[in-house]
Amino acid sequence: MILEGTARVFGDHINTDYIISGKTKSRLTDLNEMAEYIMEDIRPGFYKEIHSGDFIVAGINFGCGSSREAAPWVIKKAGIAAVLAKGFARIFFRNAINTGLPVVRLDTSFIQEGDRLRVDLDGGAVENLTQKRSMKAQPLPLFIQSILDAGGMKNFFKTHRSFDLKGC
Amino acid sequence: MEMTLAEKIFSRHVGRKVSSGEIVLAKVDATMSHDDNRPLAIEVFQEMEGNKLFDPQRVVMVLDHEYPAPGEVNANIHKKIREFCKEQGCVFYEGEGIAHLVMPEKGHVLPGDLVVGTDSHTCTYGALGAFSAGIGSTDMGVTMITGELWFIVPETVRINIIGNLPRGVFAKDIILYIIADVTADGATYQAVEFAGSVIEKMSMDARFTICNMAVEMGAKAGLISPDETTLEWVKGRATRKFTPEVPDPGAHYTKVIEFDLSNLSPYVSKPHYVDNGVPVEQVVGTPIHQANIVSCTAARIEDLRIAASILKGRRIAPGIRLFVVPASREVLKGAIEEGLIPIFIDAGGHIGIPSCACCGGGVYGTPADGEVIISTANRNFQGREGNPRGFIYLASPATVAASALQGRIADPRPYFMD
Repeated sequence: MILEGTARVFGDHINTDYIISGKTKSRLTDLNEMAEYIMEDIRPGFYKEIHSGDFIVAGINFGCGSSREAAPWVIKKAGIAAVLAKGFARIFFRNAINTGLPVVRLDTSFIQEGDRLRVDLDGGAVENLTQKRSMKAQPLPLFIQSILDAGGMKNFFKTHRSFDLKGC
Repeated sequence: MEMTLAEKIFSRHVGRKVSSGEIVLAKVDATMSHDDNRPLAIEVFQEMEGNKLFDPQRVVMVLDHEYPAPGEVNANIHKKIREFCKEQGCVFYEGEGIAHLVMPEKGHVLPGDLVVGTDSHTCTYGALGAFSAGIGSTDMGVTMITGELWFIVPETVRINIIGNLPRGVFAKDIILYIIADVTADGATYQAVEFAGSVIEKMSMDARFTICNMAVEMGAKAGLISPDETTLEWVKGRATRKFTPEVPDPGAHYTKVIEFDLSNLSPYVSKPHYVDNGVPVEQVVGTPIHQANIVSCTAARIEDLRIAASILKGRRIAPGIRLFVVPASREVLKGAIEEGLIPIFIDAGGHIGIPSCACCGGGVYGTPADGEVIISTANRNFQGREGNPRGFIYLASPATVAASALQGRIADPRPYFMD
C-alpha cells in the first residue's frame, strides 16, 4: 500500500500519556471522542490541525510509558495514516500492530513539519516529496507484517484462531 | 548452550530450547488486567468471539486505577468487570490495592512463571524471578482465549550492582540512578537481569521497586534470580506449584554493566523525564507544594517504615500537602499494626485508600498550575498527574518525607545520622 500525506513532526520520547492523557482516558470510553484530545498536553489543538492521511513523524522511543492501547487507537481515529519514527517503545509497537496502525522505523531526521511524504508500506520506502529525498525503512518480521496486513490482530485472530509461526 | 534467565523461562513455556531473537508462541501462567484500559480487555475478548477463558484460575482482574470510582464512567466500568468475572468465574479483586502488589501477595505470580498484564509496570513481578511483561488489551484478549501469546525471546542486559550502600540511600535511588545512566530507551525490547551483592542483600520490597522501573529504560522485563529471600517470601502465598529458574553462568548478554554504589547520593528525577535523574544535592531547596508516598513503585511496608522513621514526632511544613497511600490492603494493615499510620497523621499527612491514587492523573491529588510535587511514583511526564502546568520530581520515600518536613526538596541523610 502506498500512502501520501503531510508530516506532523514531534520530538523524542513521545510517551503514551502525551498521546492520550490519563485524565482524559479515565473519564471517557469512546475512542472517537478520546481522539479529539490527542497530544493535548504538549500540542493543544493538534486534533484540529490534522488532515486525514497525515503522518506523525517522531524521534526515538515513540510510545514509551504506559501500556494503554488507547494510544494507537486515538492516533488512528484522529485520521493519522501511519507513524514514522527512529524507534518505538515495545508495548506501543505491539499495540500499533494489533490495532492495524502502520509503524515505520527509519531515520526521520530528514523530515520537517509540513513536508509531503509518500510511504510505500510494502516496499519499505519513504519518499520526501518536498525535499526530494528517499529513505529505506527497516522491514518488519514477516509474521508481524501479516498481522498488520490483516488490519490488526482482531481480524487476524478471527480468521486464524491461532498463530502459525512456521518460517519465522 | 548457557542461557539467560529469560531464555530459560521461555524455553520451559515453549516446550523446547529457545534463544534470543526467536519468535515463539509461549504458554502463560497468569494474566492480569485492571480497570484503566480502553478498550477493556474483556471487550476485546468478547469482540474476538471468546466464550470461555483458557483457565479462570489464571485470569486475574483488579480494580485499582480509579478506585473507589470517582465518577459514573468508572463506576460502570467497575460494574462491567465485576459482572464478567462473576460470569466467567475468574479471579477478581477490588479494594485490595494495586495489582502489582496484589498479584504477588496473593500468590498468582511465582518464581519461574511467564506472566502478562495490561500495564507497563507488570515488569514488577520480575523481582520474584518471573518473566512478566506489559501488553495491550488486544494481546490480552487473545491470551484470555488461548492461554498463550507470541513473543520475541529477548536479548538480555546484565546489570551488576555492588558496593556498600550509604545510609539514607534506598532502592528507589538506585533505580533512578541506573535509569539516568542507561537512559529511557537504553534497554528497549530487552530483558534486564539485576544482580550483584547489593541485590542479593535486598529485601523483596526493595527488589520490587527495582524491577518495577525496568520499563522506564524501555525494558520488556526486569528480572532478579530467585534465592532464599524470594522463596521465603513466596512461602505461604503460592496458589500452585512452581519451578524457579536461574541464569546459567556464562550466558550471553548483549551488555554487562557494573555499578558500584558506595558513594551514591539520594537520587531525584527532575521534570519531565524519568531518566532526568540527578544527585539530590543539585535540587536541594526547590520549593514543593505536595509530597506523595504512593504507587506500585514505592508505597510498600518498607517504604512506609522509611518515611515514618523521618516523620516520627515531626510536623510537615506549613502549607504542604502529604499524601500517603499504602499500595495494598496488606500494606495498610501492616502499617496500622506497626503504628505507622498515627505517625503520618500526627505529622500532618493524609491517608488514602489502597489504589493507584494520584499516580496516573485520573483520580485526585492533581497539582495546580505551577505547583511542584515530589513523589515516590514512577513517572514524571508532563501532565502525568492531571495538569500539564504542574511539575513532578521522583524520589525515594526518605527524600519525599524529608522534603515534606522542609517544604522544599531536602537531603534525607541528616535524618539518619544518630
